[in-house]
Amino acid sequence: MTLLENKSADIPAPREITTKPRLSDKIFRGVVTGGGLSSLVILGLIFAFLLYQGYDVFSSQGLNFLTTSRWDVNFDEVGNITSSDFGLAGMLIGTLICSFVAVLIAVPISVATALYLSFYAPPLVKKFMVTVVDLMAAFPSILFGIWAYFVLMPSGAYWAKLINKYLGFIPVFSNELRVFENSPFIASLILAIMIIPIVTSISREVFSQAPLDRIQAAYALGATRWAMIRAVVIPHGRGGVIGGAMLGLGRAMGETVAVYTVLNLVFAINWQILFGVGGNVASLILLKFGEATPYEIQALMAAGLVLFVLTLLVNFAADLLVSRLGGKGK
Amino acid sequence: MSSNVIAEAPNYDHVSPIRPWAASNRERIISTGIFILALITAFLLVSFTGFSGKLGFFILFIIIFAGINSFRDYLRFGSALAKDTLVNTLVAAGAFITIVPILSILYTVISKGTKGIYTGLFYRDMSVSAPSDPLNVGGLAHSIVGTLLLVGVALVISVPIGILTALYLTEIKGKFSRPIRFLVQAMSGVPSIVAGLFIYSAILIPITKDNSSLLGSLALTILMIPTVARTSEEVLNLIPNDLREAGVALGGTQWRSVALIVVPAAKSGLITAVILGVARIAGETAPVLLVAGGGDKFNFNPTSGPMGSLPYYIWRSFGAGSEEAIARAWSGLFVLLVIVFALFAVARFLGNRKAR
Repeated sequence: MTLLENKSADIPAPREITTKPRLSDKIFRGVVTGGGLSSLVILGLIFAFLLYQGYDVFSSQGLNFLTTSRWDVNFDEVGNITSSDFGLAGMLIGTLICSFVAVLIAVPISVATALYLSFYAPPLVKKFMVTVVDLMAAFPSILFGIWAYFVLMPSGAYWAKLINKYLGFIPVFSNELRVFENSPFIASLILAIMIIPIVTSISREVFSQAPLDRIQAAYALGATRWAMIRAVVIPHGRGGVIGGAMLGLGRAMGETVAVYTVLNLVFAINWQILFGVGGNVASLILLKFGEATPYEIQALMAAGLVLFVLTLLVNFAADLLVSRLGGKGK
Repeated sequence: MSSNVIAEAPNYDHVSPIRPWAASNRERIISTGIFILALITAFLLVSFTGFSGKLGFFILFIIIFAGINSFRDYLRFGSALAKDTLVNTLVAAGAFITIVPILSILYTVISKGTKGIYTGLFYRDMSVSAPSDPLNVGGLAHSIVGTLLLVGVALVISVPIGILTALYLTEIKGKFSRPIRFLVQAMSGVPSIVAGLFIYSAILIPITKDNSSLLGSLALTILMIPTVARTSEEVLNLIPNDLREAGVALGGTQWRSVALIVVPAAKSGLITAVILGVARIAGETAPVLLVAGGGDKFNFNPTSGPMGSLPYYIWRSFGAGSEEAIARAWSGLFVLLVIVFALFAVARFLGNRKAR
């Protein structure tokens, strides 16, 4: 007994059990949270600075900045700028046309590729193609641009002539001046090639999340692969694929160099996608930046802000679609 | 006595496993035959009728091949399997269309890019030569130095931020997780030219008033952070929770269990993330043109003066337009592609090693 009593004096008081984080954890959590919020800070700063620099143009041009198509800077005899008018309509519509057509071309091909890789391809082919498609996503855009200029353009112009020959009665495909090079169609082709890897990998990811028990149930009921895909995979993955397409759309809208090399930029609204006249906001910025006057640079900042907001909205919609509809049926 | 009862184990060496679902040799010969038949028919149709060109050939081949195969399956098994065969052909054609541009790009860059490669390319600059000069003068060493500086500084800034973001999403899982995941996603969609414009408006106009590669690096940072953050997040998610719990159970603080257990366990994956980020920005052109400018001679100082870079070298040569200049652009692209390829291969290697 005495032995125990003696010992008890040496046993320290039990440590206080608490969920209170220690100082090192507080610092750690603070630093990590700070790092995590950096994306918010950066996006906010981009918006703020572009708005700050472009504000003069927005206030002086008003809505005309979005509804007219012109880029005029007028000088007086001494070379001072007397007035300038900027309007982005042609460029904006050109951007939308190019990226929508690109998505229309890319999505069927990407979905087919993703289905092939997920359900049909032999393992070796699958491994090889997944690597190659991932590699393609890492290709620099200038590589796509120069390849498109020298290799894709002749073929693309030939295909455009074929489409014009057989479908020319549809206004969108008409081309009175017979200029097929440097058209929005060719820009769309290269954009489609550039976004195929991203749409493919997102579709593949969505398809791989299709519930395995239902897939096996379909097979057990005697379904062919296609019947299984139609009954299980497509209903499950539809939202995710649409989200992936939107993400591709966002990428296509912001692409600069590849479009710049192939597209003939003209300040006019052109709906004939095969005709060699088009517009693109990102390429416009690159084109005008070199010899721009300070006020023009402000207009370019405003154009950049419009592009930024546009891609942000598209990405937001894509995120909503992928997260809300992507996991449906799980 | 009992030892005699036990029969000798039967020898199965000569028996191969039965795979009733595998194609028999006869089936293989027939499908190869159909493939060749479709090729020949398409070729004949292209030669003797109105169809022409590679596109016509490809479309005809797909139609004929899919047609014969699904008709044969229709006769043998009925319409359900015929449909499956048709879809199989179509999705394989889609995959083929995906792969064609990649192969074409690789072939073009290698066949055109290797012509302009000579040893001087890797230690000379362009300060005394124009893009249109013969291919045996001038070089792109200054561009490689520039690209290394641009990417190196961007790497130093964006890797900590990217990994911290990933740690926030996986370790802290605070109330901002969902919005931050969205913002990172949105940031990966920021057009590269907008990143350049932002640095131009925020730093170049009000503060430095001159191009420098540091500004280029800052613009590239904006493009690199999301790639690093997203890939790192995926990698950190793969680290089993047991490791974290073990760290905490041993009395470690969260800081120590993350720094000494989670991050070391994910090390090779995090390196992969960084390499993929570098591959993403190494060839980025538009922001570099805007804020880093472009130089034709060596510049080792990231904080002042325009800086050459591989994309700028390619861009300028492409813009010059003469035959030699275009050849220069292709060899620049070749060098750039080799760099991206090498980075990608290292990332793959590390990623595969981790999976094992």
